[in-house]
Amino acid sequence: MAMSDAQGSPPQLAELELGTLDCVHCGLCLSHCPTYRVTGRETSSPRGRVYLMRGVAEGRIPLGAAVAEEASLCLGCRACETACPSGVQFGSLLEQTRAAVSDAGLRSGLAARLERLALRQLVPRGLRLHVFVAALAWVQRLRLDRLALLLLPPRFREIHALLPPVPPVSQRRPLPRSFPARGEPRGRVALFEGCLMPELFGAVNRATAEVLSQQGFEVVVPAGQGCCGALQAHSGDLEFAKGLARSNVAALAPAIEGDAIDAVVVNSAGCGAVLRELDHWLGDEALPLAGRVRDVCEFLDEVGLRGPLEPLPLRVAYDDPCHLVHAQGVQEAPRRLLEAIPGLEIVSHEDPSACCGAAGTYNLTQPEMSRAVLTAKMDALASVAPDVIASGNPGCLMQLRAGAAERGLGARVLHPIQLLAQSLAR
Amino acid sequence: MAPALEDELRQVVGSSHVLSRPEELLVYEADGLTHHSATPRAVVLPADKTEVVQIVKRCRAHGVPFVPRGAGTGLSGGALALDGGVVIECARMNRILRIDPEDRIAVVQPGVVNADLSKRVAPHGLFYAPDPSSQQACTLGGNVAENSGGPHTLKYGTTTNHVLALELVLPDGKLVQLGSATGMTVGYDLVGAVVGSEGTLGVVTEATMRLSPIPERVETLLGIFGEVVSACRAVGRMIRSGLVPAALEIVDRRTIEAVEASVYAAGLPTDAGAVLIVEVDGPAPAVARQVERVREHCVAEGADQVQVARDEAERQRFWRARKGAFGAMGRLAPDLYVHDAVVPRRKLPEILESICEIGDRHGLRLSNVFHAGDGNLHPNISFDRRDADEMARVLAAGEEILRTCVEAGGVISGEHGIGTEKRDFMGLLYSEADLEAMKKLRAAFDPTLVCNPGKLFPTTRFCVEANPKARGYDQVPLG
Repeated sequence: MAMSDAQGSPPQLAELELGTLDCVHCGLCLSHCPTYRVTGRETSSPRGRVYLMRGVAEGRIPLGAAVAEEASLCLGCRACETACPSGVQFGSLLEQTRAAVSDAGLRSGLAARLERLALRQLVPRGLRLHVFVAALAWVQRLRLDRLALLLLPPRFREIHALLPPVPPVSQRRPLPRSFPARGEPRGRVALFEGCLMPELFGAVNRATAEVLSQQGFEVVVPAGQGCCGALQAHSGDLEFAKGLARSNVAALAPAIEGDAIDAVVVNSAGCGAVLRELDHWLGDEALPLAGRVRDVCEFLDEVGLRGPLEPLPLRVAYDDPCHLVHAQGVQEAPRRLLEAIPGLEIVSHEDPSACCGAAGTYNLTQPEMSRAVLTAKMDALASVAPDVIASGNPGCLMQLRAGAAERGLGARVLHPIQLLAQSLAR
Repeated sequence: MAPALEDELRQVVGSSHVLSRPEELLVYEADGLTHHSATPRAVVLPADKTEVVQIVKRCRAHGVPFVPRGAGTGLSGGALALDGGVVIECARMNRILRIDPEDRIAVVQPGVVNADLSKRVAPHGLFYAPDPSSQQACTLGGNVAENSGGPHTLKYGTTTNHVLALELVLPDGKLVQLGSATGMTVGYDLVGAVVGSEGTLGVVTEATMRLSPIPERVETLLGIFGEVVSACRAVGRMIRSGLVPAALEIVDRRTIEAVEASVYAAGLPTDAGAVLIVEVDGPAPAVARQVERVREHCVAEGADQVQVARDEAERQRFWRARKGAFGAMGRLAPDLYVHDAVVPRRKLPEILESICEIGDRHGLRLSNVFHAGDGNLHPNISFDRRDADEMARVLAAGEEILRTCVEAGGVISGEHGIGTEKRDFMGLLYSEADLEAMKKLRAAFDPTLVCNPGKLFPTTRFCVEANPKARGYDQVPLG
C-alpha cells in the first residue's frame, strides 16, 4: 500500500492532528451526516473524514485525490458537531483541510478556478456585484437566460433553476445608514448587511431593519462592511476570507466602541456563524465583534417582542439553517417568534435540522449530492403541505425556493423576519 | 494483489459501491475499538440480498474471507477484516420492509439503524426494546451479530429475545430462512445460534424483529449518591425487594463531568459521587407506587437526593446523557477502551472497588458507567494509543479486570462480543471441550472458515492456555 512521507505534507496539516484527536470513534455522528445517509460509506461520514484527516496529518496516507474528494463532498453543515459528545470542532477541521487541499493544488480544474475568480473578484466587490446583478436582471427580463440555456451544457440548467428572479430595483437600493427607534426606545443595534443579501434579498434586510426599529431599537448600518468570507473559506480560500473578515472588524469597530450598541444583528445564518467565530480566524482582536453577534430571531427572542401582532392564518414549516442550528446553537428562538403570531400554525416536518443541500456554493460544485439531499428535504416538506417554508439564510432560501418550484408545492419561501414584519405592520 | 475480485465485485454492485483506494481502506481499519486495526482488501456496499449472495460467492471462489459490517460502532473489533478480507458494508440495506402492528413484528434489512425502527413504529404504539447506547447510529444487523443489549436489558432482555426469524446468506452463497415470524421454532433454534455469532455463520440479509407495546407510563428517577458503592447497594436492595425496573444504570463522577461538558449535558450534578438512573414503566397506578418504592430504597442506602424527571423532555435528556457517555469521554483523552464484563449483582460493590484499585495501580484514568441492574460493568479507560507505555498498562489492567470478574463468577462480555478483543480470553471461561463444541457448530455453517475468520475463538498463535506469556494484546495492531 502506498504510504506517503510525513515530510511531504504541507506544514499546516500538523495543526490538524491535534483537532482530530478529539474524536474517540464512537460513531454517534454517523446518522446525522447527510452524505453518509445517502452513500452509506464510512469515508463520507464525519468520523471517516476525521480519520482521513488524522491519516494525512500522521503521514499514513497522502494528501491526494481521495482526501480532496471527501473534503469537497462534505456539505459543511456541521450537524455532526451537535451530535458529537466529544466536542470535535469539525467545521474548523474541515476548513483547515480544504485550505490544505487548495494549497496543495488539488483544486485546479476550470470550475474551481472560475469559482475562485467569482468569490474573489465578484461576490465581495459591492459595486461589481451590483452591476452584475443589474445585468442579470436585464437578462432575465429579456428572457435571454432561456435562450442561453438551449446553448449551454445541462449543468447550467441546475444553476439557472437556483437563481431567484432578481428583485426590482426598488428593493436593491442601499439601505439608509440609520433607522430611528420608534416608540419607547429600547436600545441601539448595528445591522450586518452581507454581500448577496442586499442584491438578492434586499426585502429581508429592509424587513429586519424595520422590525428592529418598530420594536424600539435604533438601527445603524455601518459603512464599509462587506462580504463575511464564509463562501471563500468553505472553498479553501482561507487567507482571502480572513482578509475580508479584517475589513469587517475595522468597519464595525466604530459602532462597537464604547459599548454604543447592544448587538450586531445578522439575518444570514452563514454570515452569523462566521462572525460569531471570528476569533478562530483573527484571535482576540475579533472578540469585541464576535461577542456581540446575534441572529435577528435570537435577538428579538431575547429582548421579547413588543406587540400587538396581527393574525396571519398560515401553515408554516420552519426549516433550520444548518449554520444557525448547528453552528450557532439557535433552534427554538425562530420557532417561538413565529408561534407568537396569532393564527400562524407551525407544522412539523421530519428532520427540520437536516441540511437542504444548499451549503454555500455546494449546490453548484456537487450538484448530484446536493440534489439527493434536497430530495429528502422536499419529501419531508411536501408531506406537511405548508403555505410557507421559513428559513433564515440566503443559500437555503434559494435552494428551498428552487426545490418547492420544481415539486410544484405552491408554498412561499420566506425569511422568518418577513412573516414577523408582515404581522407587525398590519 | 490480483484485481480480478474487485472487478467482479464492481460488476455486482456498480463501481461507486466498491472502495479499494488505500485512503478509503484506511478508514475501515477499525471499529469503535480503535487500538485494534486491520486493513481490508476492499469494501463493498450491496443494495440487496441478491447482491450479497453474489458477493459471497465471488469471495469464496477467490478464497478471500469476508466480514459483514453495520455502522462500525462495535467495541470488540468484530467488524475488522483480518487476513486481507473484504468488508461487506450493509449500510445501504437500510429499509424497513414490513411493519405488522397486530403481530407486533417488523421485517428489516440489516442496515436499518436501531433508533429508526422505534421511531417508525411509534405511531402504532410500539417500540423496539433493545437500546444500546449507540442506538442512534448502530444497525440492527450489527445488533444481531453481537447480541447487543442496552440499559433496558434488565426488564426486556437482549437482542436474542427480540429476533424471531432471520434470512441468512450462508458462506457458500445459499440463502436460508431460520426461525419463524410466529416466534415458535420447530427443530433446532438456529436463530438463537446466529444471534451473537459475530458474523461467523453467514451474512444476515433480513431479520424479523419483535416489537413491544409502549408502556402506559414511564418514569425516570435520578438517585444522587456520594459514593458509587452506595448506589450499587441501592440496586441490590431494589432487586431483592422484588421490583423489576426497566433500567438501573450507574454513572460515576468522572463520567458525569465529561458528559456535562458536552452537547449531551442534562444537568446531572457534577459534585455527586455517582448517579443512579432508575426507570420504571407499566400501568400508571403501578408506576406511581414503584416510584415511591424506588425513592425509599435510594434514601435507605444514603442517597443525598432523589429526583424524578419532570417531563418527557427531561427524561430524554437524562437518557441522551447516559448514552452519550462513551463519546463524551473523548474529552479526557484521544482514545477510550470501553470494557465490558458481567459479575453477579451481589458482588458489584466489591468488584467495583477492585477495578478502581486496578486502574489506580496502573496509573490510569478509569471511569465507570454501567448497567448495574444486570451486573454488566463498563470500566472505561481513557488513554492515548500513540503512547506505547500507556497502551501496555491499559492492556495489562484490562486483563486483570477480566480475570477479577471471571473469578467472581462472571463472564468476559455482557453485550460487546468477543471479536478480536477478547478471543484469547475465551479460555478463562470455557474448557477445550466447550470451545470444540462451538467450533463444530461454526464449521457446520462455514467449513472453510471464510466468514469473519479470526474472531471469537482463541487463535493458536495467541492461545492463552498454550502459552501463558502470550497475551494476544501484545500483537496490536492485528492483521
